[in-house]
Amino acid sequence: MAERPSDGAAPPEPGPTSLDLSRRDIVQRLVKIGAASLAMALGSGASLQPLLAGAEEVAPRKGRRRRYGMVIDTRRCVGCDACVAACKAENKTPPGVSYTIVLEQGLGERPDDRPLFMTKPCFHCEKPPCVPVCPVGATFKRSQDGIVVVDYDRCIGCRYCIVACPYQARFSDFGDNYPAVEENTPWASVPSPEYNQFRVRKEGKSPEGNVRKCTFCLHLQDENGEYDKASGRWPACAKTCTGKAIHFGDLNDPDSEVSRLLKERQAIRLKEELGTEPNVYYLL
Amino acid sequence: MLSSRTLKAGFWTVGLILIATGSWAWIDRFLNGDRNANYGSLVPWGLWVAAYIYFIGLSAGSFLVSSLVYVFNIKRFESIGRLALYSAVVTLVLALLSISADLGHPFRAWHVLVYPNFRSPMAWMIWLYSAYFILLTLELWFVLRHDLVVGSRRPGWRGRIYRILVFGSNDDSAATRESDRQVVRILASIGVPLAVMFHGGVGSLFGVVASRPGWHGGLFPILFLVSALVSGGALLVLVSAIFQDGLRRNREVVLDLARLVLALLAVDVLLQISETLVGFYGNEPARVQNLRLIYAGPYWWVFWFWQLALGTLVPILLLASPWTRRNPLAAAVACGLIAIGFLAVRLNIVIPGLADEQVHGIVQAYNSARISTDYVPSVMEFTFTAGIIGIGLLLFGIGEWFLPRSSEEPAQEEVARVSA
Repeated sequence: MAERPSDGAAPPEPGPTSLDLSRRDIVQRLVKIGAASLAMALGSGASLQPLLAGAEEVAPRKGRRRRYGMVIDTRRCVGCDACVAACKAENKTPPGVSYTIVLEQGLGERPDDRPLFMTKPCFHCEKPPCVPVCPVGATFKRSQDGIVVVDYDRCIGCRYCIVACPYQARFSDFGDNYPAVEENTPWASVPSPEYNQFRVRKEGKSPEGNVRKCTFCLHLQDENGEYDKASGRWPACAKTCTGKAIHFGDLNDPDSEVSRLLKERQAIRLKEELGTEPNVYYLL
Repeated sequence: MLSSRTLKAGFWTVGLILIATGSWAWIDRFLNGDRNANYGSLVPWGLWVAAYIYFIGLSAGSFLVSSLVYVFNIKRFESIGRLALYSAVVTLVLALLSISADLGHPFRAWHVLVYPNFRSPMAWMIWLYSAYFILLTLELWFVLRHDLVVGSRRPGWRGRIYRILVFGSNDDSAATRESDRQVVRILASIGVPLAVMFHGGVGSLFGVVASRPGWHGGLFPILFLVSALVSGGALLVLVSAIFQDGLRRNREVVLDLARLVLALLAVDVLLQISETLVGFYGNEPARVQNLRLIYAGPYWWVFWFWQLALGTLVPILLLASPWTRRNPLAAAVACGLIAIGFLAVRLNIVIPGLADEQVHGIVQAYNSARISTDYVPSVMEFTFTAGIIGIGLLLFGIGEWFLPRSSEEPAQEEVARVSA
């Protein structure tokens, strides 16, 4: 179900004050918040369906291809690793698998060096080199929103995609477990919401033996493929970022926060020379 | 000099010991998956992938040497034609055993046949070697068919096994023999481009990866083919020197083939020097780092001692120096060293090619043994591969017993009696 009660309970977060919200954005937000509160009132179920459908008629985004991406402000990142923890808590990843990491570079020898923290999720490239190499087509870029996903039941675990990724955004699940999540503990049966598949970790069963990666928390999308920051349906790392360094949104929407940041600030992408066209930008 | 009987006994003993060691690792791999393997998410391929490209190279190389007999009809190598085909089958089996364990979900390997993605060089490689496996088995059967039919009329357990292997065929007429030869010729002719494509495919699997500068480039598939010819040819020299009366029967062939191997090795060395010089001169950081890892990384000795000294320089000396170049035993030893040395070549492709950070600082950013550029194969990985080598020795031993030699020559028992 798209509306998770716990998320709906979160108070709507005010938008960034430095950015002007367009009237359409505000209307949309109101519609969403309204839908979310109604959902709380009615509980989840079929009765929600017509209401959401009605909301979508108001929203102009219907049927359009989205291009989800991130704009990460390195000046705002303090290197607290909260995104790593949030991602772990959200996706229940085992040791050795982390969909996002925070790279740190301290002061170097060069006079122009400065300390740099950089959170690095999967870049969900426009031309992902990991996708064509998969021998069984288990990893692919979703046509509706550009998110690069892995079909755990199709993947044979050859790890060719890890080899091909220039950004080390993919991790192999070797079946290692945190001591607290070993068998017969209450935490062992907590499912991961990934891909809305709610798999409980079982030895030898997928995703063990598979390659895993950041999904932009796509399990938090609603039926129409929309996220909603106000109700907490937002990628865990961006939602939790203490310095508000991780901005997430639809790069195809010229009014989205990420698009506007790209217009206003100088952004770079990593390893442009490889032609992968990442959808994650860094502001310097 | 060791008698051939002691040598064979040694073969079987070593093979069985290795298999006993390996079986522990196989059980561990089956029960615990990849958990006790030391590869991770930065070095996702390790010893098993290196072993895989090593064995598959031996297979392609042996097969291409067999084509000298079955396609190009070079009489000089006739006596080792079937040994070459048999080596190709055995090493292909070893390759498939090595790589199947490397998969996170080995029992899903059939997905490649049902859901192939033909944009992937790996899918191509798997389809091509499946076809190659079928062709190779068929070709070997047609090469042996006549002798199997003759052998199946003999009493005893050997005859019984041949009666199974003939698959109902009972025709030993000259006409059928001739048609067998035709079939073999056609199969072998299809096999040559197939072997070139599939092993070139293995090379392109590495060569296409733009994010790995140590591999990326057009030379890689070619380098793989040349390496396959050198290592496969070298293995064949060793095998023909040991098996089925070895040097006694194959003396001249061993010397001729060893000379061919030497020439091919020179080409291979040339290609590798070219890669190294161009890489260092270009000074592209990731490429230079890859070369540094090969020559001065934690596994520097794999290159300097194993690949260069043992696998290249000593064999070249043995094969080229005027004192030893007419000595078939020296040739066999030299080629044995080359065959062993090429495992180092394969390791030096796979591990330094991966053991570098793609994004600077990732090793410090996430503290995990799986996120590390230091890869040392675990005991489980080593024993697993040792067991596969044991299977190889055993399969060669079995081949020695069951593989009928050309029926123009005296039957095996007689030779055994004479040599004993």
